[in-house]
Amino acid sequence: MNMKSSLIKKLLLSLTFILSFFLGNMAVQAGDYPDRPISVVVAYNPGGATDFQARLVTMMAAHPKKDYLGQPIVIINKPGAGGKVGWNWFASKARNDGYDLAAYNVPHFISQSIVFDDTKYNIDNLEPIANWGADPAVLIVGPDSQFNSVADLLKFAKANPGKVTFSGAGKFVGHHIAFLQFQKASGVKITYVPHTGGVPALAAVKGGQVMAGFNNLSDAYRSQKDIKILAIADLQREETFLPDVPTLKEEGVDVDNSSVNFRGIMAPKGTDPKIIELLAAKVPLMFNDKKTLGQMKKGGSPMRIMNRAEVQAMWKERKKSLTKLLAGLKAE
Amino acid sequence: MEFLNYFSNVFTFANILILILGTVGGLLMGAAPGLSPTMAVALLIPFTFQMTPEQGLIMLGAVYTSTVAGGAISAILLRIPGAPANIATVMDGYPMAKNGRSTEALHYCFISSFIGGVIGILVLIFFTPVLADFALKFGPSHMFWIAILGVTVISSLDSKSIIKGLFSGAIGLWLATIGYDAVLGVERFVFNPIFSGGINIIAALVGLFAIPQVLSMLEGKQSQADQFQMEKKSLLESFKYNISRIKALIVGSVTGTIIGLIPGAGGQIAGLVSYAQIKKTSTNKENFGKGEPDGIIAAESANNAMVGPSLVPLLTLGIPGSPTAAVLLGGLLIHGLFPGSNLFTVYAETTWTFINSLLVAQFMMLIFGLYISGLAKYVMKTPTHYMAAAITILAIFGTYSVQHNFADVIVMLFLGTTMFFLSKFGFTAAPVVLGIILGPIAETNFNQAKIIADTQNGIFDYLTAGPLNLTIIALCLISILYGAYGDKAKKEKK
Repeated sequence: MNMKSSLIKKLLLSLTFILSFFLGNMAVQAGDYPDRPISVVVAYNPGGATDFQARLVTMMAAHPKKDYLGQPIVIINKPGAGGKVGWNWFASKARNDGYDLAAYNVPHFISQSIVFDDTKYNIDNLEPIANWGADPAVLIVGPDSQFNSVADLLKFAKANPGKVTFSGAGKFVGHHIAFLQFQKASGVKITYVPHTGGVPALAAVKGGQVMAGFNNLSDAYRSQKDIKILAIADLQREETFLPDVPTLKEEGVDVDNSSVNFRGIMAPKGTDPKIIELLAAKVPLMFNDKKTLGQMKKGGSPMRIMNRAEVQAMWKERKKSLTKLLAGLKAE
Repeated sequence: MEFLNYFSNVFTFANILILILGTVGGLLMGAAPGLSPTMAVALLIPFTFQMTPEQGLIMLGAVYTSTVAGGAISAILLRIPGAPANIATVMDGYPMAKNGRSTEALHYCFISSFIGGVIGILVLIFFTPVLADFALKFGPSHMFWIAILGVTVISSLDSKSIIKGLFSGAIGLWLATIGYDAVLGVERFVFNPIFSGGINIIAALVGLFAIPQVLSMLEGKQSQADQFQMEKKSLLESFKYNISRIKALIVGSVTGTIIGLIPGAGGQIAGLVSYAQIKKTSTNKENFGKGEPDGIIAAESANNAMVGPSLVPLLTLGIPGSPTAAVLLGGLLIHGLFPGSNLFTVYAETTWTFINSLLVAQFMMLIFGLYISGLAKYVMKTPTHYMAAAITILAIFGTYSVQHNFADVIVMLFLGTTMFFLSKFGFTAAPVVLGIILGPIAETNFNQAKIIADTQNGIFDYLTAGPLNLTIIALCLISILYGAYGDKAKKEKK
């Protein structure tokens, strides 16, 4: 008797389970996405700039009083090889059901897809959702540096070709792109010293190990007392944080915004267009949340919210300019 | 004495609760292989979003302090360092436990951690303005020599054979070259894309120590309880003995403090370097590796003395003194606290409350650590087959959680199994891990030094210029000569 009732119980349970499974699936098709937490892969270490910004801009996702996603976003770090490990995983292994998203860093992932043969990602197999931030590269020198302007630096560099050293966070990242453009536009030979990250690269400028460097605007802004910021590698000045710093163009060096570090969220190719549409509509609103904006400003992280169409255009344009710039620089 | 003004801020109900939770949680996380202090702090940063800046920093600080000490628990009881900082603790901690002195070993570990930790925090409180610029002096050439100084330690890690130790170190150095190199911008030894991220240090650490341990547990037939005869020693006796080992405490605390101030070096090097120093200068060298308390005392006082000073360059310049401090930087920025003089003027209250809480955290760590020491006997009495299963689960879980990468788990199991067979021929794991830690520091800095030197007077000139370079080179020479002299003296004695 006991055995029998437990058998019936088990049968009933499994039936309910199977039913709920079908119903659950039907619900998804009926457009109830998302009905469980969404994961966002960050291709960098926890605690880094991309990581903590990603956490801040997604923290309001499940807020009960706001109509964003209604489900929390979970950050998953898959760091390694300057982002390649995480993005390779994302482009080749992520499920395209809308529950696997990732954070992108432009120009990093685009320049890597140009320079390296073994990357599995490029702008064609990823679907942008929205952009949250833009961190331009700034040209910095140490506090006691003999250079007080871009002109000073160029004058010295022209007289001493190859003797001026620039630090930056590794190769083929925004800082390196800014350096390549700067060298090309000014026509002088400078030496690039790659570091293992933005923070050590900044320390090298502060400590006078190198004469100058390109670094993130946000990090440079935070340590203004220990460095001099000479120029910004963008098309316009950064009005919120550094309104007095001129652009390189204003200083007579023709450098555009190719090196600006854009951060945003993307989905793998093959994700249901309806889901992408929904995310593209809701995610920018979530980025624009007052609390998020306040936290980001407090952390010194410049926001630049762009919708899906704008990001698509930006990716295409970046691919074109980077391919031109990096021609002949292919890594062996 | 500005810090005294803010001392009472620490003792609110909420802050004390956070300190207790952070300390107990930290000790447990530290003891779990794979959950290094860096990982633990990084995992907790999102939780600080909802806290006030003080509360958030208090939690992160307490976790930082206690995970470093907690890593010694598994190092002593299981021969598996909880984090790279505790590698040196294994050398004498595990032999002590094997001799039935596990509780005593844990006592020394927490008492020394406490003493080292307090000294470190006092350096942070009183000498921050003096030492602020010290970190800036370290350029590529100096960091290269620091790594070489670390390499000289290898000779004193393996008491049986220096050749085998050096060979293991070389394997570690090679493993470290696998993957993408940020300075050169190229990939090396990447036969499969899973290696493009390189060999993760935590995966290697867990694999090289845990897996051979599991396999040899399965090999043996008797349970741990039969192997270990428990000796009883009272806490008071441990205290008395520990305090009497002044030399080991001084060597540990001073080494830890200096290494903490150097950007990027961190606890893993602090523990090993001070272990090597105390072993070389000890009058009873033969006992090291067989359960000499001095080994634990020096290593554990060093890695906790590192905590306070590693925050000096972080708080003043935004330059982290250790990998964990680098993650803590993110925790500061989230709350709008930018490193620099503002921290000690505009945000003085938050900053000093945080620093004071670190001091209180040392006491908490001591109390809870000593309490946990008393429970050690239960771990030792657990039958080996249960332990083997538990360690395997922890090892796989811990490795996967580092970067959510299954390839790391495969690498961990492969390295561990290889190490098990190599250990049959007298090779040991510590030099391999040391090689993996030091390889990137030496190589990255040498490559940077080369690039910079080529714009000046060449690499030789660059690497030997200035008193700081010459001092570190002298330390390297002393370390090598002392080791060689000690060996010769030992042979003659025989």
